[in-house]
Amino acid sequence: MAREISYREAINEAIASEMERDDSVIVMGEDNAGGEGSPGDMDAWGGVLGVTKGLYGKYPGRVLDTPISESAFIGAAIGAATRGMRPVAELMFIDFMGVCFDQIFNQAAKFRYMFGGKATTPVVIRTMYGAGLRAAAQHSQCLYPIFTHIPGLKVVTPATPYDAKGLLIQAIRDDDPVIFCEHKALYDLTGPVPTESYAIPFGEAEVVRDGDDVTVVALGRMVHMATEAAGQLAQAGIECEVVDLRTTSPLDTDTILESVERTGRLVVVDEATPRCNIATDVSAYVAQHAFGSLRAPIEQVTAPHTPVPFSNALEDLYIPDAQRVVNAVKAVSDWKA
Amino acid sequence: MPDDRIQHVTMPKWGLAMTEGKLTAWIVSEGDQVATGDDLVDVETEKISGTVESSYDGVLRRIVAQPGEDVPVGGTIALVAPAEVPDAELDAVAAEARRQIDAGEVAEVPGPVLGRTAAGISYATAGPAGAPADEPVVLVHGYGGDANSWLFVQEPLAERRVVHAVDLPGHGASVKDVGTGSLDELVVALLGVLDATGTKRAHLVGHSLGGAVVSMVAATLPERVASLTLVAPAGFGAEADVEYLTGFASAASRRELKPLLGRLFADESQVSRSLVDDLVRYKRLDGVEQSLRLLLGTMVVDGRQGLDIAPRLRDVPVPRVVVWGAQDRIFPAAHATAVPGALAVHIEEGAGHMVHMERPAVVVAAVEEAVAEAVAASS
Repeated sequence: MAREISYREAINEAIASEMERDDSVIVMGEDNAGGEGSPGDMDAWGGVLGVTKGLYGKYPGRVLDTPISESAFIGAAIGAATRGMRPVAELMFIDFMGVCFDQIFNQAAKFRYMFGGKATTPVVIRTMYGAGLRAAAQHSQCLYPIFTHIPGLKVVTPATPYDAKGLLIQAIRDDDPVIFCEHKALYDLTGPVPTESYAIPFGEAEVVRDGDDVTVVALGRMVHMATEAAGQLAQAGIECEVVDLRTTSPLDTDTILESVERTGRLVVVDEATPRCNIATDVSAYVAQHAFGSLRAPIEQVTAPHTPVPFSNALEDLYIPDAQRVVNAVKAVSDWKA
Repeated sequence: MPDDRIQHVTMPKWGLAMTEGKLTAWIVSEGDQVATGDDLVDVETEKISGTVESSYDGVLRRIVAQPGEDVPVGGTIALVAPAEVPDAELDAVAAEARRQIDAGEVAEVPGPVLGRTAAGISYATAGPAGAPADEPVVLVHGYGGDANSWLFVQEPLAERRVVHAVDLPGHGASVKDVGTGSLDELVVALLGVLDATGTKRAHLVGHSLGGAVVSMVAATLPERVASLTLVAPAGFGAEADVEYLTGFASAASRRELKPLLGRLFADESQVSRSLVDDLVRYKRLDGVEQSLRLLLGTMVVDGRQGLDIAPRLRDVPVPRVVVWGAQDRIFPAAHATAVPGALAVHIEEGAGHMVHMERPAVVVAAVEEAVAEAVAASS
């Protein structure tokens, strides 16, 4: 039913429902249980922003606090996954992923391939990303393009509470390693979420708004910037079709092409820095496969190629907003050869 | 005191989630004579578009809300009164109604109340305060539908009596477990709702698969069924759009589902984006895929309808009325003649399989007809 909960609660509910359904699902990470290395009592933190709060009490023994050593506990989660567990490991900030790249890129992503399909690695690495919380350059990046680049990983970027629950349930049930990217500025966003369990298949973009004039492809928090812009543009007589990718790997190229073949115009909105990001990837794909349909050059709305600034004013300027999407849509609409 | 001959036409509540509706076009004008059931105004919500029908006979004396306006559920959008009520009184009532809308003072209208049986079957109950709850109307949806399929029908019926709209197992808010998927299991679930609501006898209304379910309740326990209204019921002929039924069971995405859903309606533009989205979301719920697959095995056998209800209804002493959309592409309207002993058969032009969404007034009238016959027969 139409019950509204937050993005944070939706993630918690997804983990809880899968822990209930499947004893092999475990949670591990820093401060998931008690914080500061304590045994984890009633004051369990549930991770640094409280996303897994309450799980320790419900599933004692299955929510594990780990030392502040990502290389160790991500490696442990991946190893446990190969032996039949379904670990949901919380790696606090995506920015910290660098210390365990070998475990992720060279081990988890390769096992299925290198063991000829005899090994599966059903691990989920939950991690928060994105700017907007005044957390500075080392805690604010959008690094999902790096994982999207690696064959063998699935990469998920939910934009709404409904998608967060359904995509995380799919991630936990999936037999491949999944990098589940949670935008930290969306945790308090509320929306309708069924109480029942449901899985949203990977590689299926959501058309969140229909329109015939311009296709706007977005992901994560940028979906909301795009829909806000589309609302303003509709008043000016420009109807945008807003496509939320939901997963960057696999990528739903069919939905993107179908839309662009109809509209002939594409704007891609990506909070990541502009080189080798999702905007460039989608743009290149469309340019190659739907060139004949394009009636204007593709526009990309992204962050600038700089670290995320700590200054409030500069951080606000850094993050793509609805106005920049509006400008880009107008540019492709008005373009003349 | 305003003249009590002035009747308020209000924004209806179509479904539990509806809080307001946008008027799109008035079909009648001030000064027009209107009768109960006449189309008055088109309304759209986030979920659906529909037409508000008159619940009164008289003259449409004042239009309070204009096209393009969002009006909360329960807000007065027009006034109907006999011609002799003075203009000044209507102006005063209209001004007050207008003021309530503008000031956001429209009282919240309670929607249907949800109940749940011990077996996990959900139902939505509506009815006027203090209405006798014995012999309620019970609405049973079809394959892949839910209680909300009746959104245009439940409210008008509930003006006079208690109306329960049931979610069959595997559907809506009910448990997503249909056992083996046999018709008997659906019958047991429906009887569970009758028991849970203390209903000894009911006026049963069934659409499509729900039509087969209510027919079987009447066939096996006729003493519990006061009347039957069958809306394009399953099980009255071999032909069916099997491609639709199997496609609906297997479709996993919006892209697969949308073209199929067009076949349900005479007017394919009825397939709104939210209708498709709601169904995609429903189909993703754990247990739904399996439930739909098992029920499909009951409905379709060897490429034909697997249910044969007509002979079971032959000597059943329950008054029954049949409604079918002339443009039904799922089960042909010609099947209507196979319902034995029907009091009346209404084949509605311009409606497809979802006749209760496309022509709700016809379905409401058919239920009233069946109820009236049952009342006449018992007195």
